[in-house]
Amino acid sequence: MAGYPEDLTPLPAEGVPDAETIAALSARLDAAAQRRLGRSLALRHVNTGSCNGCELELRALEGVLYDLRRYGLRFVESPRHADVLLVTGPLTRNLHAALEQAYDATPDPKWVVAIGDCAVDGGVFKGSYAVLGGAGLSVPVDLTIGGCPPPPERILSGLRSLLEANAETDRTG
Amino acid sequence: MPDVVMDAIEIVPCRPWPRHVLAPETWAAFISEVPAAGLVLTALWADTQQVHALFLAPAALTASTLTAPTLASPTLASPTLPSAIPPSARASTSPTSADGALAAPPAIAISTAVEHGHYPALSPVLPVAAPYERMLADLWGHVAEGAVDPRPWLDHGQWTHMHPMAPRPIPTPPASEFDGLLETEEPLMQLGLGPIHGRITEAARLMLLVRDGTVAVADPMLGFCHKGTLTLMRGKSPRNAARFAARLSGDATVAHALAFARAAEAAQQAEPPPRARALRGAMLELERVAGHLDTLGEVARLAETQAVWTRCGLLRERLLRASQRAFGHRLMMDCVVPGGVALDIDPSGAEVILRALGEIANDLPLLRRLHDGTTLAGRLNGLARADLALMRACGTSGPVARACGASFDARLLDRAGTFGTVTAPPDGSGDALCRQRLRIEEISVSLGLIAAALQALPEGPLTVALPHDSGEGFGCAESLRGDVWHWVRLDHGQIAACFARDPGWALWPAAQALLLNTGVEDVDLIRASLALPASGMDL
Repeated sequence: MAGYPEDLTPLPAEGVPDAETIAALSARLDAAAQRRLGRSLALRHVNTGSCNGCELELRALEGVLYDLRRYGLRFVESPRHADVLLVTGPLTRNLHAALEQAYDATPDPKWVVAIGDCAVDGGVFKGSYAVLGGAGLSVPVDLTIGGCPPPPERILSGLRSLLEANAETDRTG
Repeated sequence: MPDVVMDAIEIVPCRPWPRHVLAPETWAAFISEVPAAGLVLTALWADTQQVHALFLAPAALTASTLTAPTLASPTLASPTLPSAIPPSARASTSPTSADGALAAPPAIAISTAVEHGHYPALSPVLPVAAPYERMLADLWGHVAEGAVDPRPWLDHGQWTHMHPMAPRPIPTPPASEFDGLLETEEPLMQLGLGPIHGRITEAARLMLLVRDGTVAVADPMLGFCHKGTLTLMRGKSPRNAARFAARLSGDATVAHALAFARAAEAAQQAEPPPRARALRGAMLELERVAGHLDTLGEVARLAETQAVWTRCGLLRERLLRASQRAFGHRLMMDCVVPGGVALDIDPSGAEVILRALGEIANDLPLLRRLHDGTTLAGRLNGLARADLALMRACGTSGPVARACGASFDARLLDRAGTFGTVTAPPDGSGDALCRQRLRIEEISVSLGLIAAALQALPEGPLTVALPHDSGEGFGCAESLRGDVWHWVRLDHGQIAACFARDPGWALWPAAQALLLNTGVEDVDLIRASLALPASGMDL
């Protein structure tokens, strides 16, 4: 796969959360969990009514250019295998129960990341009879990554901050 | 068959095709003749007082080879041109009065009044109408008299009010617990897939009844992504409502925004400037290439051919970055607006895009070869083979129908001269392998269309101001999955009523038929091969 033009390398990370955010995230991990998880996180995508835009960017993360796996991040097929729930879409009333079930099925310790403006606060669909709003109305959200949809590099830097928080806990714990 | 013009109670001036209001008996008589007349149901929707149906005429469906001469043929090209209708004929009640060429419009729109909450059902004659009828009952409370399937579609009993599009929504009564199981005579294994299913997918539920490892019944349940988009668009100006149209379906955002913009422009008799038309055309094809690459890659991943998945992902990312440079957004969301385009292409944009197109063109022979390889060809050959009769019955268009030899392509309904030849010759065998190969050829055609558009961009303004007029219009655009239709009724420049028809409405019924008797292990692969959407049709 050598010899690609330079502009194909991932762009510089933007919007990396500051030390305070990372510290807050670290606080959510206990030492025992850290020993078990190591430096890898299993991601489960939960669609709560997305238009499919955020899914396209999540899929791009799996491709060879972003190559999520080199950071120890991987997508899994069940919330039961997941450490992190990646929530996309405005929380529709019809998927409210599905998100709660997915959250309950995810073993502790777990994080929830709201990806995209819709999952952050309902986005343009705020106020609709069919939409509750952001994912935070149903489950505790640890990290928000805005954008419509957020570009892959922004999602990636957000997820890497989770790994950083993980490592931080490792050193201090 | 009733003559829609002669038997209409009223002919509503809707552009480019008038809408014929029929008495309920005439409506029912018309519906019963639809299969014999070779008409294809394209959309069924409503407003608070009437139910509307749009049919494509055989003339539009058999436009054969879709080469340049077809584009020049009057039956297809002229009636779709709002500007081609002389001003004197605009308020005309008969499509034949403008000039002889308009005698056979490619589409027929009919309506009937909803009397005491009821209208005559279509589903006994046209089973594909069943999901639409269920949607009409959920959103407006209009009951289809004699419908084959009375179950809800979008309303899962979770909203605060029933019939949210009706003048007076009523509070939702407490629902009984719904277990999602189907009632069957013979005891069969029930396999519920979704709404959270697969790795990174749209939210839809597919209930399978399984007999000896093969699918006996496939029953889709959608509506999970229902966001109330139509109510959010109501009361807004087309410009403000465009962002909702652009968020109906992320991978068809340009197609939906374009169809919506065309509907609003038709309703107000506005003509977007030439530069905007060329840029829109380029964006629509860019979206198609990116979407086809995504589908090709996803099918290959599920068929365990890493080489194709890797290559498609790489090319797609390359294209999205070029789109970002050229239009400021990777998916070109909100770039198409009623009246034109929101922004001009970046000065370096054309060059960046052309370079990305070159790389894709270089890799197409490799992609073709990989699809001849034993892994992929062996896995996909004969899988979910569709035929033309099924496509007609379901109203399916797009690559899935073209892989069966169908020729309809909504790009034919575009203004003549925007683009030349439209599509690749269909191969005709209709299976998953054929769909993959057709997508590769469509990419190849699109590359040429984009290059042609960008290399000869007309100078001039990007938008035209829309008048604050009243009127009705249809708009159509060919997305990566098939024809997207929008209808709007404007009242002094504000949306009084609107509807969006995603190709998913025609793809899911086809999927239901194609999944029968396939192995359960093939279900995900078939879904990917058909590129089944959810959000666009969940509204």
